[in-house]
Amino acid sequence: MALLDVTDLATHFFTREGVVRAVDGISFSLERGETLGIVGESGCGKSVTALSIMGLIPKPPAKIVSGSVVFDGTDLVPLPEKRLEDLRGREIAMIFQDPMTSLNPTLTIGTQITETIRRHYDVSKQDARKKAIELMEEVQIPRASERLDDYPHRFSGGMRQRVMIAIALSCDPKLLIADEPTTALDVTVQAAVLDLLDDLRHRHEMAMIIITHDMGVVAEAADDILVMYAGQIVEQAPVHELFDHPEHPYTEALLGALPQIEGEGIRSGRLTAIPGRPPDLIDPPVACRFAPRCPYASDNDTCATVMPELREIRKEHWVRSAHPVSQRTGRLAGSEVPV
Amino acid sequence: MSTNGALLRVEGLSKHFPIRAGVLFERTVDAFRAVDDVSFEIAEGETLGLVGESGSGKSTTGYCILQLLKPTEGTVNFMGTELTALGREDMRRMRRELQIVFQDPYASLDPRMTVGDIVSEPLVVHSIGTRRDRRSRVRELLEVVGFNPSFTNRYPHEFSGGQRQRIGIARALALSPKLIVCDEPVSALDVSIQAQILNLLKDLQRDFGLTYLFIAHDLAVVRSMSDRIAVMNRGKLIEVGPAEEVYTNPREDYTKALLSAVPVPDPRAMKERKAARRKLRHALAEG
Repeated sequence: MALLDVTDLATHFFTREGVVRAVDGISFSLERGETLGIVGESGCGKSVTALSIMGLIPKPPAKIVSGSVVFDGTDLVPLPEKRLEDLRGREIAMIFQDPMTSLNPTLTIGTQITETIRRHYDVSKQDARKKAIELMEEVQIPRASERLDDYPHRFSGGMRQRVMIAIALSCDPKLLIADEPTTALDVTVQAAVLDLLDDLRHRHEMAMIIITHDMGVVAEAADDILVMYAGQIVEQAPVHELFDHPEHPYTEALLGALPQIEGEGIRSGRLTAIPGRPPDLIDPPVACRFAPRCPYASDNDTCATVMPELREIRKEHWVRSAHPVSQRTGRLAGSEVPV
Repeated sequence: MSTNGALLRVEGLSKHFPIRAGVLFERTVDAFRAVDDVSFEIAEGETLGLVGESGSGKSTTGYCILQLLKPTEGTVNFMGTELTALGREDMRRMRRELQIVFQDPYASLDPRMTVGDIVSEPLVVHSIGTRRDRRSRVRELLEVVGFNPSFTNRYPHEFSGGQRQRIGIARALALSPKLIVCDEPVSALDVSIQAQILNLLKDLQRDFGLTYLFIAHDLAVVRSMSDRIAVMNRGKLIEVGPAEEVYTNPREDYTKALLSAVPVPDPRAMKERKAARRKLRHALAEG
């Protein structure tokens, strides 16, 4: 049995302007110890997916209108808040993009770590403190025992994210959801935090969902990747398969839009820009949501009239498009061999 | 490096911010060296990329060149004129040639001004053309940057980040400047939109012979835009050279560490890169 099974999850926001279909029918599963990367641009629904799993969406205006989130055999969607609170932090932990705002500036780091431990375990203050120091050492915060009584403002951005990770680890969760964990950090600090997360998930045999807009980050951190666009999954595949042979025109375009760090003709070349911008999720296109920006959609196909299904084009490789690369070109992306 | 043909020559540029202490008798106890003895040149028509992490002093360097901040020391020679010696009025005139595009297209456009007013403001400030001339110039500028000119009477909040950045670029172009300082112009934008803006900046450079000082923290973005690249760390310029050379054969350990830390969208290359960057991190921590 998978650790997490999300089936047909839809989270909508009921606003004055209309119903925003932020997450619109997504399904995926995550095995124990595996890392899933969810990648997409702003507003694609990747963060709302994470918050829906955690039961942290703001209600109202948001509501899970359909689907189930089965974690370790239990559907979390109908669970009362009290039960979710027991689960959050203990079984599923989450770290956020901005370590500046997710720590309480008026409490010491020590208080904030021990608070989580004592919320879930019946231990003395001293024991919780000892455990907190161990955790800080594990996330490589120098001089842990001295720094325990410092307030968050004394820590740099990277160190604060390490504190958040220490809190997340405090109850040995089975699943860690990291929502843009390194976006606010400098590139060298980002690398250190990603390396740390990689070490920790192996040591704690923890499954991880890493949510990011950065193709580079998922390429290095994830085993499987979901590409989201306008509230839907448009492509899903194991990491090597996705980067070697992307199928969806959106994924293909996203990779083409990324500036490269090495190669020929970078300075003189142009990037493959995707014209336009993602659709409004109050009234999204009834058919393919990428069709208005897709270079391959035309009047002779069904892109504007029929919503393409998410179908398995190769083993474990799913795509939602009428014009996947291999069918359009007769060969896999980046390969000369005909399919 | 030849000094002929340099449009901009920066020498020994420093910007120190005082660190004060004491409550009643506040005094300066030390100085924070945001920019520390930085020298470089930019030739006409070229792009110099300035990379570094937050706090490295790259934006402060840009502001000191534009005299938006007064440098503590050093000279900024632009087209043969020493900018640090110019009076207010002369500097104001000089700004026709030196413009800036800011990072945050949400904060850098006045929400109470229409798109048309924003783009024509530089023309008004410098008393260029009649009202009618300016109106047609605004339409022309908006067209150049790929922004629908029929939206001149709308307000910035009605547009997305990418569209707003186009407005900011049109404003920077209004006075036909020689040099544009681009301060993290795409870091607030999504990848697909970022590509649109980077392509636009490349097209404008080609069409109008612009010179860019391109400041960014994203090493791939800087690489795609720059002829030469300067790397800053803690206020100092630690390495400068042709883009290709700095990236494939960096001299400084810091530059190596920076480059090895970039996550590349290629899972097969990642394993090697990860091992390399761990090693460099240890080397830097010990050295």
